[in-house]
Amino acid sequence: MTNEMADDKSKASIKEQINQNLKKAYETALNEDVPDRFNDLLAQLRKKEGGK
Amino acid sequence: MSSPSTQTANADPRDELPEHLPALRAFAMSLTRNSASADDLVQDTIVKAWSNIEKFQVGTNMRAWLFTILRNTFYSDRRKRKREVADPEGVHAASLCEKPAHDGRLAMNDFMRAFDQLSPEHREVLILVGASGFSYEEAAETMGVKVGTVKSRANRARARLAEMLHLEEGEHLLSGVDASSLAVLGRSGTAAA
Repeated sequence: MTNEMADDKSKASIKEQINQNLKKAYETALNEDVPDRFNDLLAQLRKKEGGK
Repeated sequence: MSSPSTQTANADPRDELPEHLPALRAFAMSLTRNSASADDLVQDTIVKAWSNIEKFQVGTNMRAWLFTILRNTFYSDRRKRKREVADPEGVHAASLCEKPAHDGRLAMNDFMRAFDQLSPEHREVLILVGASGFSYEEAAETMGVKVGTVKSRANRARARLAEMLHLEEGEHLLSGVDASSLAVLGRSGTAAA
């Protein structure tokens, strides 16, 4: 393997590891329960609209 | 006149908002790195989306539209706040002088500490193209920049992360760990706090 090929390979590996960690962080947040305040807020907005 | 879009045109796009809440919170978290600020940001985003729903083009990507509102709100709040407190960006330049985990893979804690030290612009681009499943085109639209800018910013952000985590090119990350660990230890020996 040439040095250039090794560099490309390690660059791809760094990118891959970074993406794996990013996905893990994002998915952890994604899987959290949505607090009630947001559905309450939506219900409130909907109600306000209906009252007009 | 009937058209295939009749059905969607009658539906209220706001009914779709609840299903985007988890993604909005995850994206807000990646920008603010603080769950209370993230939830405030999501709340502001929902209120804005609700009252500006006529600006949303039915049939287009609602998630990208919502993410755009969220990040614009975040940066505009940040600009306002910057006038009040000193910009802490300067202290974020230090590198984390730590030995990588024994197995050569990144420990999540180390990764998140490095991620926290990136600028919001870098965190944003990495999350959008690396984790949220957005294409470069969708990320460009959301960030209001050209596709080329998204790519180059993502590259710079990755390089910055790799630098902070001592993931130097040419080091074999998943094998030959001992050599790279030694190199890192040697480099950080005098700088470690």
